[in-house]
Amino acid sequence: MAPGDPVSSFDPRSVRADTPLLRRVINERPITYLDSASSSLPPRAVIEAMSRYYEMRHANVHRGVYQTANEATAIYEGARESVARFINAPAGANEIVFTKNTTEGFNLLAKSWGYKNLKAGDVVLVSEMEHHANIVPWFQLREVNGIEVRFIPVNDDYRLDLTTIDSLMENVKLVSLTAMSNVLGTINPIKELAALAHRHGALFAVDAAQSVAHSPSDVTDLDVDFFIFSAHKMLGPTGLGVFWTREAILDQMPPFLGGGGMIADVRVDGYTPATGPSRFEAGTPPIAEAAGLGAAVLYLEGLGMENIVEHERHLTHDALMRLASEFDGRVRVIGPANTYSRGGVISLDVEGVHPHDVAQVLDQFAVCVRPGHHCAKPLMRRFNLAATARASFGPYSLTRDTDALVEALHHAVTMFG
Amino acid sequence: MSSLEDLYREVILDHYRSPRNRGELASPPAIRVEGFNPLCGDEIVVYLDVRDGVLVDIKLTGHGCSISQSSSSLMSAAVKGKPVSQVREIIANFKQLMMGHEASLGSDAVPTTAELRAMGELAALQGVVKFPVRIKCATLAWNTLAQGLDEVA
Repeated sequence: MAPGDPVSSFDPRSVRADTPLLRRVINERPITYLDSASSSLPPRAVIEAMSRYYEMRHANVHRGVYQTANEATAIYEGARESVARFINAPAGANEIVFTKNTTEGFNLLAKSWGYKNLKAGDVVLVSEMEHHANIVPWFQLREVNGIEVRFIPVNDDYRLDLTTIDSLMENVKLVSLTAMSNVLGTINPIKELAALAHRHGALFAVDAAQSVAHSPSDVTDLDVDFFIFSAHKMLGPTGLGVFWTREAILDQMPPFLGGGGMIADVRVDGYTPATGPSRFEAGTPPIAEAAGLGAAVLYLEGLGMENIVEHERHLTHDALMRLASEFDGRVRVIGPANTYSRGGVISLDVEGVHPHDVAQVLDQFAVCVRPGHHCAKPLMRRFNLAATARASFGPYSLTRDTDALVEALHHAVTMFG
Repeated sequence: MSSLEDLYREVILDHYRSPRNRGELASPPAIRVEGFNPLCGDEIVVYLDVRDGVLVDIKLTGHGCSISQSSSSLMSAAVKGKPVSQVREIIANFKQLMMGHEASLGSDAVPTTAELRAMGELAALQGVVKFPVRIKCATLAWNTLAQGLDEVA
């Protein structure tokens, strides 16, 4: 390792020590948390930022004139600035809308931007590997204004089939794709596809829920138009998501939820919406959660996203090798077999053992994996699966987590013979 | 490990590996009912041949976890050839068994040893109540069967 190599400053063991939940002992075993794709574990810094708000600065935001109200507003708006820096938003905090989660972000995209800008015959292009959050809102919009929802197929190698992409682009006004599949771990070529979409006159939306904590996010460099993710998948709290779009687009989007906080004026004959992100943030926002997200961003910046990428690639490579070699072919990985353009989400199909049974046996060994369709039923149908058992890494994961996974999988395989 | 062995008793694994009454019946005349668990994707199809108030034959197809598959197999063995009225009783008793985790909080609905003995192999599924998320796996076939009987009536 060269001197000054950023990897040298990153130690996953200290991330582990910073994460209180990883001290849990279940069934007399230390917890093996392999469900970060579902929700990541917050470090102490995030939990303390939220506690500090409730203990010392709790007040509503934006209109109070007293000291703590000003502090609460500063925390909330400060988090917006941290997020803008983290994803390199060209016009800064004015482009960051806080939502409830990624799903609400896609509903905002479909029901505000989509409702205003798409008409019958226009096409929204998604893919077979999307989460339901990036499918159902488009079907709902289709019921309202007759748009077409078109799917990019997924190849047998678990990557997008882009051979016919130019013909798929006909009449497409928006391409909306996941940066990283929550089932397969596949990382999609977002920058290239965004450029292609722009060449065809379409805008490009990114579901960054899976990628945001596992790779650098630079919306300026990617040259995308919408970037949507959740705080709780990036070591932050639940109940808070981020919707980014260019200021020029945001300014033209109609309000989504109505109420307090999103208005400039209300009269008996109507209302005037506020400008900027607050137009989309009706009601008292999740202030403590914003404090937590701000702390999560600082924490991730301290670790270095490139270091996290390198660490998780190493873990994934090791896990894929061991899963391929230890089970006489009885454990199949549903996802790319190499670490090229692939993240640390590993879906497993264990021959003769249903994913729910796999997860149940693993639970007895305090190994936390997720069984199910992972809110991606079109993808499950594509590969003729009802479900998978999914293990996924975070920056606190170590090869000892893979040891525990492999050991428990051996028990599951033996038990069901 | 004791609770895991409680869940995956040998009887359950046996019915999972060698399911009873697997297959289809011509429908009609047989009644065909589908059950689906949208959360985990378990699917079951139950075929019922009911004549003169008796469940003469039952066949099952579908796929799912060991609990849903063994429960459906155990169910088919328990109800085949029985009068419909008795089948309904067995369904009610089984659902009572699955409510054990709530009942044990103070009601007298916990099955006695004698009642469990009367249920025969079905009692092997009692361990499921300690794993609340799996109860819906165990009851899928039973709810589908009850739905089918309602269609007869």
